[in-house]
Formats: sequence, C-alpha cells, structure tokens
Amino acid sequence: MSYSAALSKLLGSISAKEGSMLNIDSHGQTFTGTLMPHNESSAPDVIVLKMKSGYNVGIRVHDDSAIKVLDQPIERVKKEIEVEPKKSLKNIVLIGTGGTIASYVDYRTGAVHPALSTSDMVNAVPEIRDVANISARVLFSIFSENMNVDHWQELAKAVAEEINSGADAIIIPHGTDTMGYTAAALSFMLGDVSKPVVFVGAQRSSDRPSSDASSNLLAAARFCVKGDRAGVFVIMHDTPGDDSFAVHTGSRVRKMHTSRRDAFHSINVPPVAYIDKDGNIEFTGEGRHVSTEKTEVRTNMEKNTILLQFYPGMDPALFESAIMKSKGIVIAGSGLGHVNENMVPLIKKATDNGSVVVITSQCLNGQTNLNVYNTGRDMLVAGAMTVHDMLPETAYVKLMWALANTKNIETAKEVMKTPIAGESSDRRTIDV
Amino acid sequence: MSEDYEMMCGIEIHQQLDTKKLFCSCESCLCEEGVGAYYRRLRPTTSETGEVDRAALAQFQRDMGFRYQCSEGTTCLVELDEEPPHEINADAMETSLVFSTMLGANIIDEIQFMRKIVVDGSNTSGFQRTSLVATDGSIDVNGKKIGILSVCLEEDAARKIETKGNEILYRLDRLGIPLIEIATAPDMRTPEEVMEVAYRIGMLLRATKRVKRGIGTIREDLNISIPNGARIELKGVQELRMLPEFVQNEVNRQKMLLNVREILTKRGTKAVPVEMIDVTDIFKTSESKVIKGALDDKGKVIAVKLPGFAGVMNGNNKTLRLGSEMAQYARTKGVKGIFHSDELPNYGIEQKYVDDLKNFLGMIGEFDAFVICAAKEKKATDALQMAVDRANYALLGVPEETRDPLPDGTSKYSRPLPGAARMYPETDVPPTLITTERMNRIRANLPEFPEQIEKRLMKQYGINQQQAQQIVRHSYDDLFAKIADEYGMASVAATMFLNTFTELEHDGLDMNAVSHDVIFEMFSMLKQNRFSKEAIPVLLRELAVGTDIEKAIKKLGLESVDADEAVAIIAKIVKEREDFIRSKGLDAIGPLMGPVMGALRGKIDGKQANDLLAQEITKLIG
Repeated sequence: MSYSAALSKLLGSISAKEGSMLNIDSHGQTFTGTLMPHNESSAPDVIVLKMKSGYNVGIRVHDDSAIKVLDQPIERVKKEIEVEPKKSLKNIVLIGTGGTIASYVDYRTGAVHPALSTSDMVNAVPEIRDVANISARVLFSIFSENMNVDHWQELAKAVAEEINSGADAIIIPHGTDTMGYTAAALSFMLGDVSKPVVFVGAQRSSDRPSSDASSNLLAAARFCVKGDRAGVFVIMHDTPGDDSFAVHTGSRVRKMHTSRRDAFHSINVPPVAYIDKDGNIEFTGEGRHVSTEKTEVRTNMEKNTILLQFYPGMDPALFESAIMKSKGIVIAGSGLGHVNENMVPLIKKATDNGSVVVITSQCLNGQTNLNVYNTGRDMLVAGAMTVHDMLPETAYVKLMWALANTKNIETAKEVMKTPIAGESSDRRTIDV
Repeated sequence: MSEDYEMMCGIEIHQQLDTKKLFCSCESCLCEEGVGAYYRRLRPTTSETGEVDRAALAQFQRDMGFRYQCSEGTTCLVELDEEPPHEINADAMETSLVFSTMLGANIIDEIQFMRKIVVDGSNTSGFQRTSLVATDGSIDVNGKKIGILSVCLEEDAARKIETKGNEILYRLDRLGIPLIEIATAPDMRTPEEVMEVAYRIGMLLRATKRVKRGIGTIREDLNISIPNGARIELKGVQELRMLPEFVQNEVNRQKMLLNVREILTKRGTKAVPVEMIDVTDIFKTSESKVIKGALDDKGKVIAVKLPGFAGVMNGNNKTLRLGSEMAQYARTKGVKGIFHSDELPNYGIEQKYVDDLKNFLGMIGEFDAFVICAAKEKKATDALQMAVDRANYALLGVPEETRDPLPDGTSKYSRPLPGAARMYPETDVPPTLITTERMNRIRANLPEFPEQIEKRLMKQYGINQQQAQQIVRHSYDDLFAKIADEYGMASVAATMFLNTFTELEHDGLDMNAVSHDVIFEMFSMLKQNRFSKEAIPVLLRELAVGTDIEKAIKKLGLESVDADEAVAIIAKIVKEREDFIRSKGLDAIGPLMGPVMGALRGKIDGKQANDLLAQEITKLIG
C-alpha cells in the first residue's frame, strides 16, 4: 500500500493491512477507522484512516503513538454475472486497453483498479446489453501515455482476429491522451476493415456519476449496431452535454482540449456522423458499408521514425543526431509548413541519406504548401515532402507504416501522398 | 438512553464563507440571470461489490435529466464539471482552521477532501467535495457546555430553478461556494436552547470576519427527537428566531403520534393489508371538484379500507392528525392529496357519497375508516400505498424522516432519513498537511471572541453592557463602531440597536432585511440633518419592508425644516391657543409639546422644539 518504509514496517509488525480496523492513539487524540492506502501526496509520517462517518483523515504518527488492530477486513467476493447472448442482437467485442474509461474505483479505499472482466466494463452501463451481445477481452491495462507501437500492433491483430471470428463490431475503450494516435495506427493497419472498429474514451472517470464513459460507450454500441459503416472511428461527446455525440474518422481526429467532454474534434473534415441521446444517427456524407469480407491486417512499422515540432530559433545542431538516426522524420512546421533557414540543410542531409522528411503544419487546419514562400521552395529542393492536410500525428503514424510496408522510399512517398483511410484530402470547402 | 428529558436536539449549521469559490477563482455570489442549458445525466455508480443501487438505477432509467445554467463571473468550466478542481482556496481553509480553533476542536493532522455521492443533480459531478477539518470542540451557552462533533469544509450545491417534466433546471452560481459545516452533539433540551446555541455559533462564525451575511448564507438543519419518538431531520431552516417554534411543533407532533399509537394499541388495531378497491362508479355523479377533475382526466377513484383507524386521522378537536401525515406521504407520488373518512363529508363530497362508500366497503363499525384518492390509476394506487404504509407505521410509533420546514413553523414530510453517505477520496485534490507552526500562528492570532468585543465597545464608546451584548449578538459591532467613529453617534446607535430593533422585531419586522450599508447611509443622512433622530423608528419600519431610503424620507414627510419654518409652525400653534397660554403662562409648554411634535416630529428634535416653543410663548405673554 506504499506507505513509507518506517510506517510499512510499523503496520506490518501489527499485521495491519488495507481495510484493517485500527485504533490510533496519538498525542492525546484517539481515532478509530479503517486503514486506507497511502495517498501519494501525503506526508511520509501520516496514516490515512476512514472514519465511521465516511471521512478520511490523515493522522501523524509519532514515536509515542499507539496503534492497535481492532478487526481484520473481510475479503469481498465480486460476483461475475453470466449473461446468455440473445440471437436477435449483434455481437460486439470490447477490447480493453486501460485508461480512464476502463477503470473503476474501490469505494472502500478509493483506489483505482483496471477493469479486468466483461462485467467490470459493462457494469458501468448495464443497458448496453439491450443493444447488443457484449463480450469483453482485456488486452492491456495501461494509461494511454504508456502506449507504444508494440501495443498498436498487438491491438490491430486482436481486432482482426475477433472480426474474422465473427464479431459484428469492435469497441475499444482507450485512454484519451493518445487515442488519436492509436486510432490512426489501426486505420492503416486494418486497411479496408469490413466492420466498424470504434474507439471510445472518457474525460471523467467512470467512478463518477457524471462520467461520460457510459454515454459514450452506449453511443458507440448504437453506432455499431445501426450505423452500417465499416472503418476505424472515434466516438466521444460533441458538446459538454450528455445529449450529443460525434463519430470521427480515426485518422482525422485530435484531442483539442485538456479536460472538456467534447475535447475530440475532426480536423479539416466534418465528423462522419452525429448521434443524439436517443441513439438517432445523422450522417454527414457517404462511406463504406459493412461487409462479410475477411479483414487483412498489416502491422509492420518502421520504429525509427520521429515527430518534431518546429519552433523559432530551432537549432539544427540539437536535432542532427536524432534526425540522422531516423528513417522517417515528420516535422510540424509553422504556417504553410515552414522551418527556419538553418534547418533546411539538415533536411537535405537527411533526405540525401535516404530518409523521408514529411512536412505538416502546426496550424492543423488547412493544407501545407511549400510553393508560396522562398523557405518553402528551399525545403522542397532539400527533399522535404508535404501530405496535403494530414494531421502531424497521423503523418507520423502513417510514415512508420508506409516505410515498413513498401519496397522502396519512392513507393513509400507515393503511399504518403495517397489517402488510404480518409486521412488527407486535396479539397476543402467553406461551410455555407 | 435516559428519559428524564422532554426532547433532545442537535444542530447542523452550514455557513457560506466570504471568499472566492472553494476550487476555482470564480466569485462566490448569486446572479439574477442564467444562460445556457447543458444537459446532463447522473448515473448511479457501481458499489465496491460491483452492484448498482437498484432504486437509483430505476430513477436513472426513467430518463431523469438535468440542465445547467451558467452565470457571468460566477461559473467556469470547474462548475460545469468540465475541468478538474483547482487548489483549495487558501482563505477558506484558513477560516475553517481559525473557526475550529475558536471551538477548541482538535484539528486533523492532514485534511483530505472526499467525494460524497449525491445524484439529485445539485452537483454537476455527482458528488459533493467535503473534508473533515476538526472534531471534538465545544461551546459554552448560558453556562452549559454544548459539544461540537465536527467541523467540515465543503462546497455548496447548485440552485434549483425549476422542474419541468423529467428535467430539473439548476443554476451553477451557488455551486462551489465554500461552506463551513458545524455539527453539534444532541445536547440541547429545550426549544429556546436550540436558538441560543444557533445564535452563539453564528456569532463565533461572524467573529472570523470571513463569512457571508444575509438571507440564504446560513442554513440550519435540526435533528430532533423525544423519548420513544424518533430522530427527525428538519432541513434548511433559514430564520433563527423561528427555531424554537419549529422545535416545539416537532416535539408536539411526535407526542401526538405517540398518543395515536397508544389509542390504536388500546383498540387492538392491526396493520391493514393494502387492498386497492376501484370505487369510481360510486362517485360518477359527484360534484367535488377534485373528483370531477380526476374523472374527466380519465382517472379513477381508488379506496383502501382502514379498520381501526377512525378518529386518529383527524380527531379529538384536531389534536390527532395522522391523516395529514398520510397525505404528506401520498403527495410525494405526485397527487394533490387524499381524502380520509375523518374529514368527510367535506371538499364537495356530500354525506350521500360517504354513506354509499361506507356501505360498499362494509366499513360500518365504530372504528372503521377508509382513505380514497382520485387520480390516474397508477398515481392513485402509488399514493395510497404510501398513505396506508404510513398509517400502519403509526402502530409502531414515529418514523425517522427528513422533513422540510414550512413558513408557519410546522414542517412536512420530504423523504426517509438518508443512509450512511457513500464517500471516497477526491483524488484530484491533494491532502493538506496542517503544520504545528501554522496552528501556533493561528492560535496566537485568534479573532476577538464576542465577550471581548462587548468589553471593548463598552469601554471605548461608553455604552452599557446590555447595549453591547445586543450589538454583538446580532453582529452589528463593526457597523456600530463605524457609526460611532465617523459620526460620533454612539449613544443614538446603541439605543437604536437595543431598543428600536427589539421593538420592531417584536412587531414582526425582519431587521436582517436592512443591510449594514443602508443603516450606515441612514446615519450619514441623519448627520446631515436630513431628518431628526426621532424619525429613526418610523424610517426603519419602511426600510425593513424594502423601501428605498430616499423614497421613505419623502413618503414619511421627514425632510427636516429649517429653523425659520419651525418657528413659523410653532408660532401658528401658539397663536391658535392664545387664551390657553395666557391662562397658564410657561406651564403651557408641557401640554403644547403634543401638538408641536405632532406637526414637527422627525423634522426637528424634541429639545429644539421645546426651546422654540418656550421662546414663542415668552414672546406672546411678554
């Protein structure tokens, strides 16, 4: 329970464990309560007790403090509810990866645990069982900032496996921080996937009554069942309210706010569809229908790929070694896609060395264009390439995939220019 | 439990602090306007054993939703639950520590905020953030020690604006205002003592100088029980002076219920089965508005037999009122009310219908009774289920309840007492370690206690103890000192606070409705001779009902007159009574002061009137 070494020893010596009922006599005050796990921000000499009133209090333990165990905790058994699948309903497989959406709180201790079973995940939204037959598979249990390329590969394989074994749709609860990257990675790895593969996240953890986890999950299930769209999508709130959801193309979506429920936005395109609180779906355009085709998965990735953000005064000397070690380099440039003139020779050195340098824009919105200003033209001469209005993160993921799944640099560059999963476009319009 | 007392009562006081909000830097005040209406739902979360509270889930599945309004300056993403809480407001935390120290309470070494689950929509997050700051304090009230169980620092809830169908509209301005919650031990034994304790705690809170004043900034919950009765929580009383009345009425109510139990036990009344009988046909031709309205709305009249309950629902000269308790339970299911046999014929239901119904139900014995409800069938049967369950509980005694205070000093049933709160740690807010150095500093700089303030006022401004006590009791000390310092009117102000205020409150006026700023402004105008000090009582009467001070002066015709004008008015009075004056000489001054003050009251002061009158009389008689 991660108390300091001294306190752990003290508690161990009287067989006190998380959940034990303790009596602490410290400097004239007596407290009785249940031993809670140590809070990371607590002082090292503080023991946390949950009092009968429900309040947690931190009690300083002094040399002369007396601690007694009054009672040991009763192990609680969690009930797994077996639910018979209904023939009339479609089958959705939930593939758990971890994150806010797939964790629950032990209300006794306040500790956050990962959801490890179907019921752990479905309990948060029991009515989802009226929408589809749900089975769950926990692949990882990690925060999304700890995701890496290996996880993407394993996830893509698991998705293809489930679809090819008969799943009608896949829902992937995922931490929101890097959900855009994973969605982009699966968009390329799964190619013309025949079923909907939907990422959902939560901006408020599912232990809270106000969590957006359950409504996002329910909207995702409804989209999977009624949407008749194949592809990789992200479904999250479209506004701060629990009554509107947006379906985003997996390769076009970005987390644009640190905390709001409607943090995810489609960039350079409208969302694929909107869903209201009753599950009505309104599409904004055409798309691929669901089919029974086998889903091919291509998970190879060139890991020697980096993503850099240009900033004024960027010093090539600092980045030379990283750039020269990489097969693929994505730079989010300023404006139309610029870097400063000092960086241009380094781009040339990298492309001369056989690497691909892809330029995107920090503006996120709009297409890059290196023909407009001198610097841009110099960058083109140095061998840099642009990829229309592709997001920097998507370009980074796609470049890894393109380099690993093509025979030579020229084909890889061609692949980068060609939309595969709706990730870029040569045409943008004004909303009228 | 010893039973040599008539009642016992504990108080829980919630006081808003005059700081910014507890977890963001929004202003902590209320707004007239709200904008936007973000829709949200609050889902009952799974418990530690992976189970969901079925009742709460059922309510969720009935599609209950909430809409939230924002207000300029007082709400941000934190109130909307779109951003994690910021650091704890330092002033609020300090005030709670200072106040706890004033109660001699033990401060918790490391204070931890908790999430207390609340799914009625009043908190956007679905929980209230609350922390236990101190335990085991006490206060002294009239020589008796009253225990303080706990002092908590927590956030206030959103304000309910309206309920429409299955949506409740809340405004977020109040959400997040820091509250100190003080819970006393159940140490009070008389209704007056309850008020005295509330006054004392209020005074100590205001002594910190960091609490809000005015309507709605302090709310009291009362926990009342009598021997063999039950714990009743009366929630949200705002007027201190009504506390004894609420307590007494609750004591009387519980005694009445014990009386009812005794009567029923003697009769041998047994709990009745809830058997719904459709009696719509009997009332087809009834002219009763309620019944006609329900039947026109495709409703039904449903009856339940209540053998053994006659006379206790409304009997013995209205001192037995179980029927009113039953009706309050029934109304929680959305019906306007029920009719029981003790109150019929009445409400447009004639004797003929009562007789027909009695015969139909076979309720013709001495103590046979019935209850009916006219509404849509589901609503009517739900309501009757509540009413009959309540009637049956009368056999056991007093049910534990949460009740809402009513303006007349009584209360009505609101809901069953809540079970133990579900709380788990607020992990977004780090714990606060309270250092010894910090507590030493707080102890060395405690604010003045009320007794110290009284002594200072007496010494510095020469007022008497009774005046000083009154001023401090109602926390007018700062205002009083300001009036005395700036206008030199200590004695006028002291007299006003002690005598005039008491008199006006006795007449039923709420002096809290007159803000400190308005009182200060009144003295500023008095200083400028806009009116005389004799006008203060009539002026305050106007101010207490909300009249603007300028308008009040005009309305009352208080505008002071100049000396020449006063002389002219007095001369006229003297002239009119010339014969009388010539016969009495200067002895006429006394009798004539009446008519003179009648014409000049509030415009010049009494002494000046006396002098002018003497001067005019002397002039006349030479």
